[in-house]
Amino acid sequence: MTTATARLLGTTLLTLAAGAAAAQEELNALVWCDHTDPKLIEPFEEEHDVTVNLREYEGTGAALALLEQSRPGDWDVLVIDGIDVFRAVEAGILAPLPEDELPEADFFPEVVMKENNSADGVTYAVTEKFGYNTISYNAEAVDPADMQDLSTVWSEKYAGRLTIYDYYLPVMGLAALSAGIDTAAIGETDLDAIGTVMSEMRGAAASVGGVVASQTALATGEVDIVVGGGEWLTAVLAEEQPELTWTIPDQGAVRWSQSIGVLADSEKPDLALEFVKYIVSPEGQARLATSSCFWGMPANAKAGEHLTDAQKEVLRWDEQDAYLANSQLYPAPDTDLDIAMQDLWLETLQQ
Amino acid sequence: MSNRRDSLKGWGFAAPALLWTTAFFVVPFVVMAAMSLATLDGRTLIWGLHADNYLELAEKRYLWRAVLVSLEITATVTVLSVVLAYPLAWIIAFRVPARWQRLALLLAILPFWTSYVVRSYAWLLVLAREGVVNQTLMTLGIIAEPVTLANTRIATVTGFVHFFVMLLTLTIYANLVQLSPNYRRAAMDLGANAFQTFRHVILPLTLPGIATGAFLTFVLCIGDYITPQILGGNTELTVPQVIMVQLGRRADFPLASALAIVLMGLVTLAYLGAARWLRIDRL
Repeated sequence: MTTATARLLGTTLLTLAAGAAAAQEELNALVWCDHTDPKLIEPFEEEHDVTVNLREYEGTGAALALLEQSRPGDWDVLVIDGIDVFRAVEAGILAPLPEDELPEADFFPEVVMKENNSADGVTYAVTEKFGYNTISYNAEAVDPADMQDLSTVWSEKYAGRLTIYDYYLPVMGLAALSAGIDTAAIGETDLDAIGTVMSEMRGAAASVGGVVASQTALATGEVDIVVGGGEWLTAVLAEEQPELTWTIPDQGAVRWSQSIGVLADSEKPDLALEFVKYIVSPEGQARLATSSCFWGMPANAKAGEHLTDAQKEVLRWDEQDAYLANSQLYPAPDTDLDIAMQDLWLETLQQ
Repeated sequence: MSNRRDSLKGWGFAAPALLWTTAFFVVPFVVMAAMSLATLDGRTLIWGLHADNYLELAEKRYLWRAVLVSLEITATVTVLSVVLAYPLAWIIAFRVPARWQRLALLLAILPFWTSYVVRSYAWLLVLAREGVVNQTLMTLGIIAEPVTLANTRIATVTGFVHFFVMLLTLTIYANLVQLSPNYRRAAMDLGANAFQTFRHVILPLTLPGIATGAFLTFVLCIGDYITPQILGGNTELTVPQVIMVQLGRRADFPLASALAIVLMGLVTLAYLGAARWLRIDRL
């Protein structure tokens, strides 16, 4: 090797090393798919000169298992089902959040949900998005008036023309509402009544599908109704297929919510908190609400200032007061009730 | 001394495979077996020799029903795939000119080149009420109204068979082309007609190819989650689907492990059943 070649090689190696040292800081977030929209993440990355690594998951159990198997510090931020925050708190994986730095005063009051997001007076998570598991339908194929009564939705009239969203908690919540049982009051003694409704629903259903499957079934005309659907299912199709819409029946709907928090073992708690604050800021909320993966109402009402009239119309912004009043939170069962509900769900699917 | 050196050399060559198998099969299997005997108290995993998960299998109808559904679908897919793949392999091996055989095989395995998930969703659209199948049947006047094909067991079996016919065609073709033409000539000389030649000479000699392909089909089909999940519409649940439900929300790894052990048991039984004809060296 000549001296010149050696110098060139040395210089190159030094440059590479310097480049590596100056590499951007990274933030690792365990999220739902709506956070993976670059339109949401890139403004934060640019502002903080950071790379946000996102990993999607499905099911709180899968997320908690993943966190248990990770090294402390691997993850900084967690997005979690609003009713499952207590499970993360019990597992000791969430760090307290400074309440005074969160704009919860600007939130729709019904979705602040302190009882879900805090424990012993300490806030561990903050609601970021919400919506409804209710009835989505094709307005050109069914009578919209029929969709206002849950018992008609899965009656003989629409047998074989509906699909059921494949998640037992909201669907069983809808079945409970149909049977006149509040979702928060569901106990083991109510499961017989809920099971009866579920059997009727199952008997009328052509299929039971996840997000993509039920969306595809509705969009392709395979079915005309999605039980458990909502704005999250039809909003992204609004432009191309405006006949696909949703409603909240007279018996009410089930309200879903997702929360976000900082992980207790994060080695970048300040940056993680900044990310949480960005997500619940009006700008972040507007972007999250209209994410390319699925739309949903932002928790922060000030996000409305950053949404177009057309976007607000799709989200039914002006009807939220009535919708919030006529919806109940997901059932949030304890472990034993959860097992019993899941067993009933699987039993119903295998009928 | 030389024998000892040869023995050491043999172990040296086998060591990478042994280490690989130990690390990626034996150890995970032992962990899974131990996990299937553990139990959950809330979210706390309690190790031990608990039979709870296996008792649940017997007690809960939907669990053993999932085993039955898996077996029914797998058996149907395996039989249909063999029945469809054999003539295809035969045609490629004996009817297609030698110079075109490679192209024919390439065409036969073309669907392997597309994503498994995409292929399943494509079938969902093909079998939909507004899909190609229904539209064709209606145009031909065979049906007046669209029939429900998507989100049924028929859809699941169709998706599986489409995939496994390709696999079986390869294993059976590999077996067929190794047969000397003299076997057929000898049978004919001895007075056998074409069917008798096939029934008493060709078929027995190609059983290893059929058994190997059928066994691979059984193993891959019974453990598959994607096809029944996308095409079956959850109108009935297979064992892998029930396993995923146990993991998704509650992270019930002990029950999921017990179900996985049951799946392995079924695969072992299938192997024992097919072992007599499994002659991979003949392929």
